[in-house]
Amino acid sequence: MTTNSASTKIVPQNQDTQIKLFSKAWLFQEKSLIALLLLIVIVSFISPNFFSVDNILNTLRQTSVNAIIAVGMTMVIITAGIDLSVGAVLALSGAFAASLIAQEVNVVLAVIITLFSGLVLGAMSGIIVAQGKVQPFIATLVTMTALRGVTMVFTDGRPISTGYTENADMFSWLGTGYMLGVPVPIWIMVSIFAIGWYLLNHTRTGRHIYALGGNEDATRLSGINVNRIKIIVYSLCGLTAAIASIIITARLSSAQPTAGLGYELDAIAAVVLGGTSLMGGRGRIMGTLIGALIIGFLNNALNLLDVSSYYQMLAKASVILLAVIVDNRNK
Amino acid sequence: MQPILKLENIDKSFPSVKALNRASLNVYPGKVMALVGENGAGKSTMMKVLTGIYQPDAGLIEYQGAAVQFRGPKDSQDQGISIIHQELNLIQELSIAENIFLGREPTRYGKIQWQQLYANVEELLQRLNIKHHPRTRLGSLSIGEQQMVEIAKALSFQSQVIIMDEPTDALTDTETDSLFEVIQQLRDQGQGIVYISHRLKEIFRICDDVTIFRDGEFIEQKPVADLTEDLIIEKMVGRSLDDQFPKADLELGEVCLQVNNLCGNGVVDASFSLRSGEILGFSGLMGAGRTELMKLLYGDAQIHAGEVILNGRTLELHSPKDALTAGIAYVSEDRKADGLVLSMSVKENMSLSSLAEYCTSSGRIEHREERQAVQKFIDLFRIKTPGQNQIIKNLSGGNQQKVAIAKGVMKQPQVLILDEPTRGVDVGARQEIYQLINRFRHDGMAIILVSSDMPEILGMSDRIIVMCMGKLSGEFSREQANQELLMAAAVGKKAEELV
Repeated sequence: MTTNSASTKIVPQNQDTQIKLFSKAWLFQEKSLIALLLLIVIVSFISPNFFSVDNILNTLRQTSVNAIIAVGMTMVIITAGIDLSVGAVLALSGAFAASLIAQEVNVVLAVIITLFSGLVLGAMSGIIVAQGKVQPFIATLVTMTALRGVTMVFTDGRPISTGYTENADMFSWLGTGYMLGVPVPIWIMVSIFAIGWYLLNHTRTGRHIYALGGNEDATRLSGINVNRIKIIVYSLCGLTAAIASIIITARLSSAQPTAGLGYELDAIAAVVLGGTSLMGGRGRIMGTLIGALIIGFLNNALNLLDVSSYYQMLAKASVILLAVIVDNRNK
Repeated sequence: MQPILKLENIDKSFPSVKALNRASLNVYPGKVMALVGENGAGKSTMMKVLTGIYQPDAGLIEYQGAAVQFRGPKDSQDQGISIIHQELNLIQELSIAENIFLGREPTRYGKIQWQQLYANVEELLQRLNIKHHPRTRLGSLSIGEQQMVEIAKALSFQSQVIIMDEPTDALTDTETDSLFEVIQQLRDQGQGIVYISHRLKEIFRICDDVTIFRDGEFIEQKPVADLTEDLIIEKMVGRSLDDQFPKADLELGEVCLQVNNLCGNGVVDASFSLRSGEILGFSGLMGAGRTELMKLLYGDAQIHAGEVILNGRTLELHSPKDALTAGIAYVSEDRKADGLVLSMSVKENMSLSSLAEYCTSSGRIEHREERQAVQKFIDLFRIKTPGQNQIIKNLSGGNQQKVAIAKGVMKQPQVLILDEPTRGVDVGARQEIYQLINRFRHDGMAIILVSSDMPEILGMSDRIIVMCMGKLSGEFSREQANQELLMAAAVGKKAEELV
């Protein structure tokens, strides 16, 4: 070959660069997984009640709501955006779900309408970001505020009960039921992560999501409709919020007008703990699952250890801060 | 003559490569030393050793006759060594004066002494013949003027040694001229200057001596007068380049692209045609409207009037997607800003435009087919990468550029627009890119080559169009064209007036 500067060794070209298991780079890449496992091991020793099937399933079920929202949030954050409206979308679509069930609309139809409403509410943020060229933080702050207002108007500030019909009982299965001994919300969570993983890693849209977050101008010049991608990710984020709202509403058999307060921050925390960069272009969906589980198991452990919920917030804050510092240190 | 700064037998290794192997560099007071070498030859590493960012593994640094060790950029700067990087380290929102004395503002009781600051800066600006007030916001200056501000900053440190890394890359010809005047002035005042550049013509214009690096090793230091351009290239690449611009004669095909009276932002009434197999060069000064015209053709800017006809069909161009679908691909002039997604891999970047061809109708990526297609181009383009999944940020400039070109070619366009395809690319990779361009035209592609590099555009094009202030100001065949004619058209003169 008559090529230049032969100072660097060239590995055979069809061999992809892969990180060796248990190497230093691997340990760093999987640091959140290691942190999660460490957390589980340590708490198992301290609290004998922790490592039981019931407690683990219970914790997973509690985590599912945040974890599902975090899937949508991961996609938005990979495009270098942010979605502050998920909590508000959750409240409003939960209110829709409860009132549909209360009016004895067929459960399947009610669920479909609720999911569709989440998709549309998310798309509103997406359209403001894409067509209006508004910064995602501001755009979703606006939709968050607006949707909170709409929810109050719609519910008149009061909880909406799903009622005591057969219909409502069927609906509540989505939040309280079991399948093969595992709570339904956990099944839903696992499916959503599988779909999210497939979308991000094996579809064209997923590739475009990463590209958009990495360099919007280059993505546009590569012939990709970036506005379409933006609208898609915010719509999907709204959709995941609606899925979460169904679980919560079904579990409580009612929709609270103030549901989902602060959920956006928990979702963002899970995404960041999972190693996704707020600068966009970089992140893994399975990291987000681990991030959500860390938050969930940490809360559970502190509960078991009788730590007051005030201190739990401090503990959560410390873990997030630590994660971000470690991530930056090694960049 | 004793060098003011002397680096001798510097070694520097990184985990995977030996970046410097007994490399040496001498800087003499009152002289301009050129430092040349391909990308990856160790120039940047040497500069980082020199400014204390890296500590050498072995070797000696002597400054003003005494052995020294620089602890960091601030240390070396305090001692009188300034470096002006390719990417300027200035803050756009601050004024010229604030930029020059950032962090060193003269204060009394914590209050900045603005009068004194402005007076100091005024004096510096006058020395460099910069006609701006010290309070002017930096962002309102052209890139060339900003570079002058960097030089003013270097002077404010009373620097004895000033290093310039590819200073003319973003400059227009007039700006380059005034930069050279300043360099001469600094030299006459006794400062030692290191001038790093890929542009050999400039080295013959401005430098006294040349130091050549190859693969981290010192090859030679010689007075410019004892060298020729070909000799320098030969020593840089370690082999002789028979022909810098390989060009095979080719029967041109039919007209495939016809542009009629195209108007848009920065472009006035542009009309031209392009045949398949033809290389059409676009020359002109920076800001002449070449990139703006290309963005119109590529659907990335709004067409106000006129039409673009490809293969007899009038195109509706509203987005780059429309242009790509129609068969026009564009390789951007700035691969870092809008050419590549630096956080993605070689594979993901290369297939970004044509991913649909490697997907099922439901949008699932067929990973195997994608890998095979990408591998074909890696082999064809001789892209040096450890693997397809290598993050593109880690590749050299030349290899990054090849990926950017491959992205466009993979879409199998009828017309390929290359905007400054060899900017920041070393000599070896540059020639490979020329060979690739020739290969594309053999395959019947029509190529538009936008370049500010005169020898390149003269050497490669079948026909050259010159732009000036948004208009097409001249068109020359390969036989007619020469540097003087192109320059005359670029500044809007008629050829006769020049002679």
